[in-house]
Parts: sequence; C-alpha cells; structure tokens
Amino acid sequence: MNPFTYARPTGIDEAVSLFTPDSRYIAGGTNLLDLMKENVTHPEQLIDITRLPLKDIEETTDGGLRIGALVSNSDLAWDARIEQHYPLLSKAILAGASPQLRNMATTGGNLLQRTRCYYFYDADTPCNKREPGSGCPARDGLNRIHAILGHSEQCIAVHPSDMCVGLAALDATVIVKGRDGERRIAFADFHRLPGNEPERDNTLADGELVTAVELPAENFSTHCAYLKIRDRQSYAFALVSVAAALQLDGGVIRNVRVALGGVAHKPWRNPEAEALLVGRPADKAAFGELADALLAGAIGFNDNQFKIELARRAIVRALSDAVEGAV
Amino acid sequence: MSSTKDHSGVTTVATYPIAIEINGKPQQLDVHPWTTLLDLLREQIGLTGTKKGCDHGQCGACTVLLNGKRINSCLTIAVMHDGASLTTVEGLASGDDLHPMQAAFVKHDAFQCGYCTPGQLCSAVGMTAEGRAETSDELREHMSGNLCRCGAYPNILSAIEEAMPATREQLERDKGVSR
Ligand SMILES: Cc1cc2nc3c(=O)[nH]c(=O)nc-3n(C[C@H](O)[C@H](O)[C@H](O)COP(=O)(O)OP(=O)(O)OC[C@H]3O[C@@H](n4cnc5c(N)ncnc54)[C@H](O)[C@@H]3O)c2cc1C
Ligand code: FES
Ligand code: FES
Repeated sequence: MNPFTYARPTGIDEAVSLFTPDSRYIAGGTNLLDLMKENVTHPEQLIDITRLPLKDIEETTDGGLRIGALVSNSDLAWDARIEQHYPLLSKAILAGASPQLRNMATTGGNLLQRTRCYYFYDADTPCNKREPGSGCPARDGLNRIHAILGHSEQCIAVHPSDMCVGLAALDATVIVKGRDGERRIAFADFHRLPGNEPERDNTLADGELVTAVELPAENFSTHCAYLKIRDRQSYAFALVSVAAALQLDGGVIRNVRVALGGVAHKPWRNPEAEALLVGRPADKAAFGELADALLAGAIGFNDNQFKIELARRAIVRALSDAVEGAV
Repeated sequence: MSSTKDHSGVTTVATYPIAIEINGKPQQLDVHPWTTLLDLLREQIGLTGTKKGCDHGQCGACTVLLNGKRINSCLTIAVMHDGASLTTVEGLASGDDLHPMQAAFVKHDAFQCGYCTPGQLCSAVGMTAEGRAETSDELREHMSGNLCRCGAYPNILSAIEEAMPATREQLERDKGVSR
C-alpha cells in the first residue's frame, strides 16, 4: 500500500468537508484496501467513516425501511425485519462473499465495490476503467466472467455485487450527501453502463457520501427467489445471478420483477417487459418470454457465450422457484 | 497523530496512537495508517498465531474475533480499531486449558499442515456466537470463508460439530463475566 494520511470524522458534514479529489472514504475496507494492495487505487488520504451515525435500520413513514450506509452486510441480512419482510434482500446478501467479509462489509461499500475484471485488477495491463484510453484487453482476452449485456467498445466489465441485484429488484432508493446537500437516487439510476466513460461506475459526484438506502413498502415477501450460479457453491462471485419477485393472484401474475447480476456493468432490469406479463398465468411460457426480452441484444465474447443460455434458464428457474414461496 | 520531519524539512506522517485490548490485555500502540490489523499482530506485537495466507480476503487464514465477531484481519487497517477488543488464536485457551474448539481439533485430527487452523478455530468460535448454523450443510456454508489447502475439511467439520455445544456454554459464561 502507498503511504497516506488518515482522518476520523464523527459527523457527516465534517466527513464530506474533509474530502479532496485524492481522498477515499473507507468503511469496511474489504474492497478498497484490496485495491490499494494491488496498486489499483492510491489515495493520499483515507477518511474513516465508521464513526458516523449511520448504523441504524429505521422504519420510514411510508412503511418501508431506511438502512444506514454503515449497517454491515451481516447485520442487514440477519435483521429480523429484513428476514421477515425483505427475504429477497437477505438471501442476496448471504449469497455473497464469506461470513467474515460480510461482518466488515457495509451497505454503502457494497454498492460502491468495483469490478473483479482480471485486467482492472492487474495494474501492469491496460484497462480503460483503471486508466482511461489505455485499452480493454478483456475483449479479446480472458472474458469468462464478463458482460453479455450493455457493454461498450471501451469496457465489458460487470458489477460484482449480489446485494445490489436484490436492491434493484426491490426498487430501492440511494440517499447521498454532498457539499451541496442531499440527493435521492433511484436504484436504476445509481449504477451506470460503461459507454465512453468506463472509469465511472455510478452517478455519484466526487465526494458525495452514501448515507442510506431506502426500501419501499412493497416487499415481495411471499414470492421471491435469489438464484446464484457460480463456479463453486460458496465464496465465489456470480457467473449469473437472478433476483426474482412476484405478486400473484391465484395463478395469475399481478406484478413481477427480475434483476440480473453478473451480466452487465449494473444490475440488469427491463421494466417494460415485466409489465407485459401482468395478467398472464405464472407459467414457464410467460417466464421464458420475460427471459427472452431481458436477454434481447445479448452479445457474448470468446469465453462467456455460455452465459446467455445460462441466464435464460436461470431466469425461468428463479421465477418458478418464486411461485413456490420465498426461496 | 505524531509526525517527524525528514532531513529536507518535509513533514511526513509517522504514526497514530490507538488503544486496543488484545486477548484481554489493554495495549497502547502507535501505528502507521497503512498497517493492517494482521501485520500489527504479526510484525509489531509478535503474535504470529494469526496467519497470512493470501492477504486479500480470499482464504480466511487471518481470521480473528473483533469485538466478538469474526473478520479477516488482512483487509482492515489497525488505526481504525482504536478502542476495540480483539481475540486471536493465542487468546482462546485459558492457561494450559485448551478451548473446547481447540481440544476438538486435536481429538479429530482436524489439520494436516496446520496453516489454516488458527483461522478455522477463530472462525468456528465466531460462527458459534452467531448462532445461525445448525445442520452439517449449514456449517459447511458458514465455514466457507476458511480454505484448507490440505483438504482436512471432513475432520474440521466433525471437530466443529462436536465442540459447538461446549463453545456455546463458554461464550455464555464469558458474557456473564464481562457484564
Ligand atoms: C474474497 C472476496 C469475495 C467476495 N465475494 C463477493 C460476492 O460473492 N458477492 C458480493 O456481492 N461481494 C463479494 N465481495 C465484495 C464485498 O461484498 C465488498 O468488498 C464489500 O461489500 C465492500 O464493502 P466495504 O464496506 O468493505 O467497502 P470499502 O472497501 O470500505 O469501500 C468500497 C468503496 O466504497 C467507497 N465507500 C464506502 N462507503 C461509502 C459511503 N458510505 N459513501 C461513499 N463511498 C463509500 C469507498 O471509498 C471505496 O471506494 C467479496 C470480497 C472479497 C474480498
Ligand atoms: S490472509 Fe486474510 S483472508 Fe487470506
Ligand atoms: S491443514 Fe494445511 S491448510 Fe488446512
């Protein structure tokens, strides 16, 4: 790690005012310190935000929950209200990393974790995300774990989070605070596609601090499933993951949500295609159509063509599982 | 923070003071901000029971209990833990009496080279405190953050299964003492 200075603010405004372009906030540290050891990131100052008062989960006036940015992944997944009312989120979190890592990892840090693309991680190779304009060796290189949707000429990396796939399906809202005050960002607008600026993972402005994530009242607690397909059954990132949520009226779909992980630079959804299923019987034919719509335009590379069919089957399976209950 | 001036007169950051309790013993330490908790233990304090396997959160060899919770000490910096209480593998036994988890590892021959063992032990105690894993499948899933290159998994699992009830009792007793 490069030498740096350390600051430990106790207030939110103080933390934001300490930020400089060469600073990074540090929460659990499980992604940032890893990237610093790999010489991918070299901040001059770390701002330790773990003493900020952002560790609570509170009910909101409209019947949802507000999760402080510093709530650990374990505390969130095992919170009684989350387990009971938002099982999809609990399951998505528990599918990620290891118990030790989840004890340190925070809600805000999980949102802002960076891609696991091998080239991004290897400071000795070119990478447009790490070093804009240097090139993308993943396109013609090792790309088994890379994107099949929404990629650009410049970048085919994926966002690696499981938790975010659950939050995308639940239509969460991210609350951030910067020097100019507070903003609320719809989850779908928080992460972005790489386009011509692959160095930008999300729509946060420099120095903006994530303070909370809000869940709406609608929780899909009766029919939901998180399905994660990976090279080993635990402690591995997703090749493809699916957060599926349904509201059923008898066997008829009243509301359906599907978010995909491991396939794009952000959790992947298609609300228009979801809307087309309302009123249809909850069967494999309908689920297959939604899968086709979600994967329309998918383009794989040398090593990851398999993800397209894998994702299609995983979507149908996750939705079928969700019909059975909270899986 | 304490700083020093180098010969050209430039002020360089040296160290930050922290107070941390390690295996029941309060310590006042000065740490560089980039010193990981793992390096603090091994290099600065000489507690080499905690192992460095990957240094990237991928193996679990560095698992310690921070305020009773299991974490990877390689992916956190010591300076952040001013005021914390830490238990490492050296702090599990009481004198010559092995912790039930340690005794069960010996009994079940739950190691070959032993490199992963300190992390496995701390992780298993942390898992018991969490109280979330009961069945063998759950235990395997909840111990998946600790790799064993020798593949001693079956014996590790048997040892943990046997030691969990006694570990639970000990955790209850310790809670009683500290309250
Ligand atoms: C071996 C390994 C396996 C893993 N497997 C998985 C997996 O299967 N699935 C999965 O989803 N994840 C996985 N992870 C990633 C893990 O979930 C993330 O590292 C973790 O969630 C990051 O949270 P943190 O609090 O530690 O973030 P930090 O490392 O502290 O921060 C990450 C980034 O977020 C910024 N940041 C943190 N908090 C805030 C805030 N409140 N406001 C603004 N910026 C902030 C930091 O500046 C930094 O840039 C794995 C990690 C490891 C090491
Ligand atoms: S040394 Fe920390 S997880 Fe491997
Ligand atoms: S006993 Fe050798 S690594 Fe586990």
